[in-house]
Amino acid sequence: MEPYKSQIGQPVSRLEGHLKVTGTARYAGDYSVPGLLYGYVINSTITKGKIISFDTSRAKALPGVLEVFTHENRPSLAWFDLQYADMDAPPGSPFRPLQDADILYNGQPIGLVVAETFELARYAATLMDIEYEEEAFDTDLRSQQHLARSPKIGMATMLKPLPPKPKGNFEKAFNASPNQVSAEFFHGTEHHNPLELFATTTVYEGKGKLTIYDKTQGTINSQMYVANIFGLKFKNVRVISPYVGGAFGSALRPQYQLFLSVMAALKLERSVLVTLDRHQMFTFGHRPPTVQRTRFSADNNGIITALNHLAIGETSRFEDYTEVVVNWSHMLYPAANTLMQYKLVELDVYSPLDMRAPGGVTGMHAIESTIDELAHKSKIDPLQLRLTNYTEIDVSLNRPYSSKELRECYLQGAEKFGWDKRNPEPRSMRRGNKLVGYGMATGIWEANQLPAKAEAILTGDGKLKINSAVTDIGTGTLTVMTQIAADELGLPVEDVEFAYGDSKKPFAPIQGGSFTVSTVGSAVKAVGAAMRKKLFSIAKKMKGGVFDGADLKDVSFEGGRVFITNDRSRSVSFQEIIAANDNKPVKLSKFSVPSILKLKKYSRAAHSAVFVEVEVDEELGVINVTRAVTAVAAGKIINPKTARSQILGGMIWGISKALREETIQDDGLGKYMNQNLSEYHIPVHADIHELDVIFVDEKDTVVNELGTKGVGEIGIVGMPPAITNAIFNATGKRINQLPIHFDMLL
Amino acid sequence: MLTELTEPTTLKASQPVNLVVNGTPLQLNLLPWVSLLDALRDYSGLTGTKKGCDHGQCGACTVICDGKRVLSCLSLAVSKDGSEITTIEGIAPEGDLHPLQKAFIEHDAFQCGYCTPGQICSAIGMMKEGKAKTRAEVKELMSGNLCRCGANTNIIDAIMEVQNQSVHE
Amino acid sequence: MNNFTYKRAESIEDALAQNNSGGNSSYLAGGTNLVDLMKYDLTRPDSLVDLNRVDGHHEIYETPEGGLLLGAFVTNADTAWHPIVEERYPLLSKAILAGASAQIRNMATNGGNLLQRTRCYYFYDANVPCNKREPGSGCSAIPGYNRIMAILGTSESCIAVFPSDMCVGLAALDATVHVEGPTGSRSIPFADFHRLPGDTPEIDNTLLPGEIITGIELPANGFSKNYSYLKLRDRNSYAFALVSVATGLELDGNVIREARIALGGVAHKPWRVREAEEFLAGKTADAASFGQAAEIILRGAVGFPHNAFKIELAKRAIVRNCMMALDPESQLPGAQPSV
Repeated sequence: MEPYKSQIGQPVSRLEGHLKVTGTARYAGDYSVPGLLYGYVINSTITKGKIISFDTSRAKALPGVLEVFTHENRPSLAWFDLQYADMDAPPGSPFRPLQDADILYNGQPIGLVVAETFELARYAATLMDIEYEEEAFDTDLRSQQHLARSPKIGMATMLKPLPPKPKGNFEKAFNASPNQVSAEFFHGTEHHNPLELFATTTVYEGKGKLTIYDKTQGTINSQMYVANIFGLKFKNVRVISPYVGGAFGSALRPQYQLFLSVMAALKLERSVLVTLDRHQMFTFGHRPPTVQRTRFSADNNGIITALNHLAIGETSRFEDYTEVVVNWSHMLYPAANTLMQYKLVELDVYSPLDMRAPGGVTGMHAIESTIDELAHKSKIDPLQLRLTNYTEIDVSLNRPYSSKELRECYLQGAEKFGWDKRNPEPRSMRRGNKLVGYGMATGIWEANQLPAKAEAILTGDGKLKINSAVTDIGTGTLTVMTQIAADELGLPVEDVEFAYGDSKKPFAPIQGGSFTVSTVGSAVKAVGAAMRKKLFSIAKKMKGGVFDGADLKDVSFEGGRVFITNDRSRSVSFQEIIAANDNKPVKLSKFSVPSILKLKKYSRAAHSAVFVEVEVDEELGVINVTRAVTAVAAGKIINPKTARSQILGGMIWGISKALREETIQDDGLGKYMNQNLSEYHIPVHADIHELDVIFVDEKDTVVNELGTKGVGEIGIVGMPPAITNAIFNATGKRINQLPIHFDMLL
Repeated sequence: MLTELTEPTTLKASQPVNLVVNGTPLQLNLLPWVSLLDALRDYSGLTGTKKGCDHGQCGACTVICDGKRVLSCLSLAVSKDGSEITTIEGIAPEGDLHPLQKAFIEHDAFQCGYCTPGQICSAIGMMKEGKAKTRAEVKELMSGNLCRCGANTNIIDAIMEVQNQSVHE
Repeated sequence: MNNFTYKRAESIEDALAQNNSGGNSSYLAGGTNLVDLMKYDLTRPDSLVDLNRVDGHHEIYETPEGGLLLGAFVTNADTAWHPIVEERYPLLSKAILAGASAQIRNMATNGGNLLQRTRCYYFYDANVPCNKREPGSGCSAIPGYNRIMAILGTSESCIAVFPSDMCVGLAALDATVHVEGPTGSRSIPFADFHRLPGDTPEIDNTLLPGEIITGIELPANGFSKNYSYLKLRDRNSYAFALVSVATGLELDGNVIREARIALGGVAHKPWRVREAEEFLAGKTADAASFGQAAEIILRGAVGFPHNAFKIELAKRAIVRNCMMALDPESQLPGAQPSV
């Protein structure tokens, strides 16, 4: 028998790949259900005010239109805010669709047409006669900055710590420093725009039972939300979501198509599919616009002396959405004097929502641009400045990092990129009529772990099945969990089935924040270990006494057998164990909980160093990111193939944030003007050039049993500042508003 | 879990639409405002073709119609009466994979997989057009297919590999 | 999308007759713009007359006069990649390939390309004032976000731009549009086909009600030796132009015999200024001459708060594209800037 090859660390191709390339992977809107009805949402056309009258009669008169739900005829629902709160709800009162006549933001869902066909529902939705009473509104963050206030504190603050307390005397130290930089940054609104339109297919099973195919990053989150609001028993609400067509945070909270689909299904006692259109994809959460001001200083040796970072973010009138924007600089740079401030402005918009590296990508752009400018002013190489200020401990909280191979990231990344060929003088490097610029930046993202449960079943054929409610939003969860489980029992990947995306399965939290592998993976590892123990205990009792006198530590699991590590002849197959178990599958589950006491002693974060080359057409301003290298230290990489794709995806998101995507807002009208993929520019293939990823070895025995830190976010955070710094090197222009339009360089 | 399909109840303006989809004749009765995309997804149970925008802005709905890659969302099904359509479900014989499908898996040319059917159908159409030789040309002629996960480099790698193979064969 | 009747025309005569039945009817060809507008409920025809299967007008052929006739129902892709177009009218080929995406070009027809509506955000939002969509309601783009709007030929009623790339090429090449209508057939010089908004921005062009474009005729000279199309936009492909330029040059050594320059993305129609082309005749083909021509072309341009950059950008783009035309081989996929 060939020795078992550890699956962890192998570039296993996605196990669901076959389904995705053949079109057989079914997403939330792909279920053909007998008698399915189609819902089409009606949205407010005003920004703020009240609905005075809502006449649906023209639509209802159409044969095939079953109902038009509005605030006037919706079924009575749960009363308390808490019942509407989901796992990702910020402090405040969650938005309640069709609650009353009040309009809180432009595009608010105010009705649902339900008809026999999609086409009919869509047509009927155009036949509404609605009168509004409009009120004055404010949607412009920049003009309302004077109203900035501290955020309310709530459950969400646990994963999103408030800014650290000030240290030393910032003003004094800043003013005394020979090298000072002050800068102001503005980031506009962005929308997640996963390619899949949000959809929910609610299958009405009768007797208050529902099976719901939902686009979500948390099956149990959706289940809980539906059960609470509609007063259903948890066991009667099953949410299934194995394939999610991208989410990037947008499906961390249940969106209104879920509410409307379930409401209609319960009321009409029929199965209902509600799919949002692309325009409606701009009518819920978004990355908030943010204003930032930084003031950093250094002495003549390049030692950073003082850091001040202020961020003012947008939130809605009904919830205090917060993100971690200003905490990062002091985690990276051990200045003795700091002042970090974070504030919110309420505007007439929907609540913002976590979007890939929420806060981190916003804050790090400001931080790493300011550091670059500080290096420029101090006449120190930007990489050298970062190495000079390198710290092994997180000074902001005075605790060591559980692991930190950022220095290796800097060095390996610089080597691969050819950083030594950079001329620090702006506009000094050229290629034909194009200016060439090199820029670099640091990335950081916290490594968290949440509680999760997993179930393992070993069947008579010697195969292992693992159950978890977790989703796979395209990150590779299925594949990675399978690899982790395979290793625990020494099985080939083919003999392990990971079943997921179903609220009936053991608890997993929402999938986000780069914590899924650490969270669910730890549970899978724990249940795998428990299974080993159980199998061995059965095997020990088997006739023949193969394992007499042996302990669990003396045996190994490989290729479907348990054997004495030093004597392979003493072995028992999994099949034999199950046979000895009266042919009953061995089934057990395990809850994995982070060791808070241990973790509290450390700061835990993934790091990256990003190096970018840009070409800028000197006369026309056209910008291309021609090359980029990201070196990542994110602990153990379970699957280098899918992890690399995560980093590449993050890098492309970074290119997009720096140079492409923006939600255009007309504050006079109080609405977004480019609610489509034609004018909301996400990168096309022609925008993307050479991208390189390095995974730096990093051992971490603290973060979790697997030593993983997550790779969903770390790919994006350093990219925008590396790009803007490269543009500065190319052109001498420092543009602190994203995205940078090429005409800003004219 | 395909089940029987529901006929729309408002059939009065419906008209017969005959398509050959993946080699199989399909006789549908459709209202004139049903798009080819919805005809495939809602009326023929072929949900492999995806709706990402429904307005010709993303390429997820790309199918091959009479040998050419087109956007099924902007095509009225009635207007395509008599056409031969190939969708992602029909690009390879049952149980087999098209070289592009294999290359997409191997190169990890997708994450969420939602744009994938459109990317693959588009790439098949592009290779048939025979106009893209260099990587830069392939990127330009594949730019009608958006990928939000950022699998772009892997997608182009996969296509280049298959294109180079077919050139050498 | 509203409900409509669908009729398939067998011939142009049949189409004209079917469209004559009264009511608010539209012709359907590629559908890439019309179906989109219908889905947004911005246009609501009672009936569609499908022209895709009319007999004739599906070919490209050389005319006895030495020019080329592009059938109205030939797709943009088949036109761009037609061997004669590639050889004799490469400027048109490049312009077409700079527009939309490969899939859309496989659907969109030549006739339809001329009839695209604007991509102004405010035109596309049925809930805000727009004189083009709803005459007399006002223009939201002037006080609003006007980065993508026009800088030339605007009016107080409308600052929308016409989005086609192909038409910028056709304008430079002096094409002629052939139409057939209820009162017979006629030919429209390309420069007269699209119009400026004035007080009636709801009217995009000079086509009369019921008329059908049957073909586009190119004159003999295709400027096939020295030509270039440059498109500047917010991403490298699949985006509308902020500024685009079509250039065709006839050279005697390094002296310009004849020049054609048309701009896209700056006005309610492709923008051509004959005075600038006449100025270039006899001048040395260099950046200085092209720069002076650019000044003439942009004369009278007026920027708005978010698009004033287009004036300088257009000037630079003209110079660059004319320089690129001196070395057409340097052109990159997607009409991106080169040389």
